[in-house]
Amino acid sequence: MLSRVADSLYWMSRYFERADNASRVLKATYGLILNPAKFSTEERWFRAVLSLAPGAAAGNVDPQRALFLLVADPEGAFSIVKCIGGARENARQVREAISSDMWEHLNRLFHEVNGFELQPDDDAAAMRVVSLVREGSYRFSGITGATMNHDEAWHFIQLGKYIERACNLCVLLDAYFAVDKHADDLDWVGLLSSCAAFEAYCKACTAELKPDRIANFLLLKPEFPYSVRYSLDRMHEALTSISNLSLSRRTEKVERLIGRLRSMVAYVQVGEIIAGLHQYLVRIIEQCRELHSAVHEVYIDYPIEVAFEN
Amino acid sequence: MIIEADTSDRGSAEIVQPYELNGAYDEMFFSVDHPRKQYRPLHNLLQNLGPDELRRSKQEADQSFFNQGITFTVYGNDKGTERIFPHDLLPRIITAAEWEKIERGLKQRITALNLFLKDVYHEGKIIADGVVPGSIIYTCKHYRREMRGIKVPRDVYVTVVGTDLIRNPEGNFVVLEDNLRVPSGVSYMLTSRRVMKQIFPSLFQKCRVRPIEHYSQALLSTLRSLAPEGRSEPTVVLLTPGSYNSAYFEHTYLARQMGIELVEGRDLVVHDNVVYMRTTFGLQRVDVIYRRIDDDYLDPLVFEHGSSLGAVGLFNAYRAGNVALANALGTGVADDKAIYAYVPKIIKYYLDQDPILEGVETLLMSDPGQRDHVCQRLDEYVVKAVGESGGYGMLIGPHSTEQERAEFREKILAQPRNYIAQPTINLSTAPCFVDGGIEPRHVDLRPYVLYGEQITIVPGGLTRVALRKGSLVVNSSQGGGSKDTWVLQS
Repeated sequence: MLSRVADSLYWMSRYFERADNASRVLKATYGLILNPAKFSTEERWFRAVLSLAPGAAAGNVDPQRALFLLVADPEGAFSIVKCIGGARENARQVREAISSDMWEHLNRLFHEVNGFELQPDDDAAAMRVVSLVREGSYRFSGITGATMNHDEAWHFIQLGKYIERACNLCVLLDAYFAVDKHADDLDWVGLLSSCAAFEAYCKACTAELKPDRIANFLLLKPEFPYSVRYSLDRMHEALTSISNLSLSRRTEKVERLIGRLRSMVAYVQVGEIIAGLHQYLVRIIEQCRELHSAVHEVYIDYPIEVAFEN
Repeated sequence: MIIEADTSDRGSAEIVQPYELNGAYDEMFFSVDHPRKQYRPLHNLLQNLGPDELRRSKQEADQSFFNQGITFTVYGNDKGTERIFPHDLLPRIITAAEWEKIERGLKQRITALNLFLKDVYHEGKIIADGVVPGSIIYTCKHYRREMRGIKVPRDVYVTVVGTDLIRNPEGNFVVLEDNLRVPSGVSYMLTSRRVMKQIFPSLFQKCRVRPIEHYSQALLSTLRSLAPEGRSEPTVVLLTPGSYNSAYFEHTYLARQMGIELVEGRDLVVHDNVVYMRTTFGLQRVDVIYRRIDDDYLDPLVFEHGSSLGAVGLFNAYRAGNVALANALGTGVADDKAIYAYVPKIIKYYLDQDPILEGVETLLMSDPGQRDHVCQRLDEYVVKAVGESGGYGMLIGPHSTEQERAEFREKILAQPRNYIAQPTINLSTAPCFVDGGIEPRHVDLRPYVLYGEQITIVPGGLTRVALRKGSLVVNSSQGGGSKDTWVLQS
């Protein structure tokens, strides 16, 4: 497929996943702040901002405006509405490469969330947008899986979705575990809900909320779709499929990077990493970035001379 | 003239309002209360539907267009507001006999114009024989000297043509304009048919409408037939200027329907006179390019040097015969509005036939006698710039102000070769659903002709409507809309 098309599909998928992640985190945070606890509302909003818009967190965010900023900030690059816009814009560039159903769904969602024209103090409307995106995202995944050939284009979509998810999960875990000494059960429920993981966690580990078990579940559980391990496994699958399709290109670099990254979560136990969790998470994020650049270099923006060597 | 519609039926009083005819040929009614035979099922349906039902259908259709993203972007505001392409709910119906004549006429016309292009870029016999003056051909804005002596695949210059026809007050179809460069609009023809089938299924059953859905397959096989020799499984691509082009929807639509890659200039690489596209697997050879970019922007080495829409070296690859372009370059010389005046002679010269479809009387402003005649009567004529399309650079005499006429008079005198004049023609009208009632609006017809191994014309085309009351300008850039066009089975 065209390199430009692969790139747009990848970014369409990343943006959608980013919006989806933000909607999960905001829904959970909004639920949390209604309960009094050791953490103040401000601290909780700050944690949400930190995990969703690291750039904005450096400045002083007014907690009263945090929800508005994260849902509909017209300036910031991270708000949900912006991300849906980014997904749609990328989809628009490659409309012939995705199914009509996918386009119609994404297009409709875009017009719906933009139709709200949110005002800063309208929490209820902001939360409606959050719900719309939440549902819209599940539906989009379903439509994508059901209406496209599971060919190269689909693998690039998968790659974008799971690389974004892996990074988002690491950032989120980092934000919660940075202050875990003060966390109470409600906060852990908030973290699990942010990853759509509460019920799945209870099924696997009972409702007993222990930080190391939670870290184990969200990082290393290969069966849970919102775990880092699961995401890296899907990236590995997608990249292997793409490189198998591509006969003559030198793809070792990409294969080496994804192999190394995957082994970081495949062959460890939670006890080995929990002490240095912050460094561990940062390393995963860095390696995801490296992988992203390698994929770009090998499949998207390769020099012409290289193409004629083969 | 005012026609009182039959209001005895229940619920129809509001809908079929007094239907006003202004001397134009009306597609539906030939006299008071009397719809033409082919329109009777539609007329019956309208008698039975209330305005609310029609409004609901219209909303349903609009929503369907909107969700499918069949929109164009309204420029000039940050949010990039998107509007759906305006369309009218009521179909325009053409009988089998009318269509048979149109089809024969178009085939004749396109065959002759294609022979003309070949001649102009090779021997120039028609010029030597004094049928069309060289001074007019060589001064055409779209004449491409670079094309001299280049052999194009199958000698086909015009692969995709959209010819604009109008119906004069006598009820005959006449040719208003040939579009031989990159005609657009066919996606609206195809998508509006799909929507209409959802909305008026019963009407389709009654009317026996000929299908148009095979257009994309026909286009693909036409394009494949142009592939360079020895390329048995040719790679065909559609070259678009990108997502900011107003016809981008159409480009994506056609590419998807044909199952071919939609490429931009930046996806193409030319190496040793062979065109490749940049894929995730490496470079892949391209054999046929259905280009939706004007000549000027195709290759910055040869044409517009600042353009980044095309591909560097594309023209050399074309000249070497390693890639086919559809349409060929330089076809604009044959749809120049001054050449238009010579088309009957062109048909006679190459085919020794009389034109089946007539044209509109055209006065050349480069001719001093005709120029004086027109300049004294600008309020009676339509004046057009010869190299323009899309309804730009046009003066409609009867609807113009004194100041506009003065401006055009100056323009004509400054550049006489650049203008032609035609008598104002009252385009036919067709009933449209406007503001909750049925009113007549002026329409034209653009059928699409495909020319490869043979000539294919899907029965129908794009009926364009001047949605503003009384307006004669149907171009979408000027407030025009579209109607589904039904050609009936004989």
